[in-house]
Amino acid sequence: MAFIDYYQVLGVPKTATEKEVKDAYRKLARKHHPDLNPNDPEANKRFQQLNEANEVLSDPEKRKKYDKYGENWQHGEEYEKYQKEQQAHQQYEPFTGGHASSFEGFGSDDFSDFFQSMFGQSGRSAGGRQAKFRGQDFNAELHLDLKDVAESHKQTLTVNGKNIRLTIPAGVENGQTIKIAGHGGPGVNGGPGGDLYITFVIADDPGFKRNGSDLYATTKLDLYTAVLGGEVTINTLNGKVKIKVKPETQNGTKVKLKGKGMPVYKKENVFGDLYVTYDIQVPTNLTDKQKKLFEELAGKGER
Amino acid sequence: MENLIATAEICTWHEVEYTFISSLGDAGLLELRVVNETTYIPESELQKLEKMIRMHNELDINIPGIEAITHLLERVEQLQEELRVLRNRVR
Repeated sequence: MAFIDYYQVLGVPKTATEKEVKDAYRKLARKHHPDLNPNDPEANKRFQQLNEANEVLSDPEKRKKYDKYGENWQHGEEYEKYQKEQQAHQQYEPFTGGHASSFEGFGSDDFSDFFQSMFGQSGRSAGGRQAKFRGQDFNAELHLDLKDVAESHKQTLTVNGKNIRLTIPAGVENGQTIKIAGHGGPGVNGGPGGDLYITFVIADDPGFKRNGSDLYATTKLDLYTAVLGGEVTINTLNGKVKIKVKPETQNGTKVKLKGKGMPVYKKENVFGDLYVTYDIQVPTNLTDKQKKLFEELAGKGER
Repeated sequence: MENLIATAEICTWHEVEYTFISSLGDAGLLELRVVNETTYIPESELQKLEKMIRMHNELDINIPGIEAITHLLERVEQLQEELRVLRNRVR
């Protein structure tokens, strides 16, 4: 647990007046308020720090305590006594609960351990910005592989001890978020529940590069098939396919396999394409005979 | 059928004046419905309204300010979506 310099957080000197503290907080809150910084967890964190600093420095009693014991909070005898009193007091505080570890409650404004140890759970002033009517929204990340989103499938997630059955829609993209209405925090005083937002994080696939619903892959092609034509086996998302190779195929040639890409999001039975680029392999470790034959070819080419 | 929430209830809970909510409706920032002379908002608008109440109460932003911010935030969200698509493309 580290000491937090609340003056530094608000960028005010220790001599700052109540009004200066308030002005500094207002100014920084406007910059870092989560409502004005959508999808920015950093701003959210910064805003929590600001709230915490403001909670302490705008309250004369808390500020006095902080100024007296703040920097020596671990050693001060009086502070320890105070802390013990707080802990004893805390036992009567209702358990506030928490979020499941894999689900980060965006907009939850839990204060730091430092604050809790100095002022206790009860240190927070009543009300505050959590006094909403609608329940809190939860944000979660779901990590998947490319193959997991190649078709729709059902998955059960546990959020705050509740099981949620969810259909992962085929073709969902990396970074895309879906909303599960009503599965956030409960509303207050009859208000509706918040929503659960799930952001999909899709790992890079070693075999395919994805652009929307199209996939890109490279496949090795031996020199002889490239020159003379033939067949090559290609890996697609749902198995191997054999395709014909035209004679005299150049290195870097791209072929399109229609409908072998990813499913298009929210469109049943519509698929993107798979683009395969040939990487022609020049033979190595040639036998004497092979070398001779190539020389013959090369010599013919010269004449 | 969508649930409706009485604005009076929201005003009491959030300690805002009714004129604040009606002005947001006038500015086209919020959908208001009047049934039997009582004003309601659809449940789906509550999230938006609570966000605007926070801007007003916590940041001292007036209604023209909220209007400007709402438009800019829409733009930010559009750009974030565009950025996401482009980032995936260069992966």
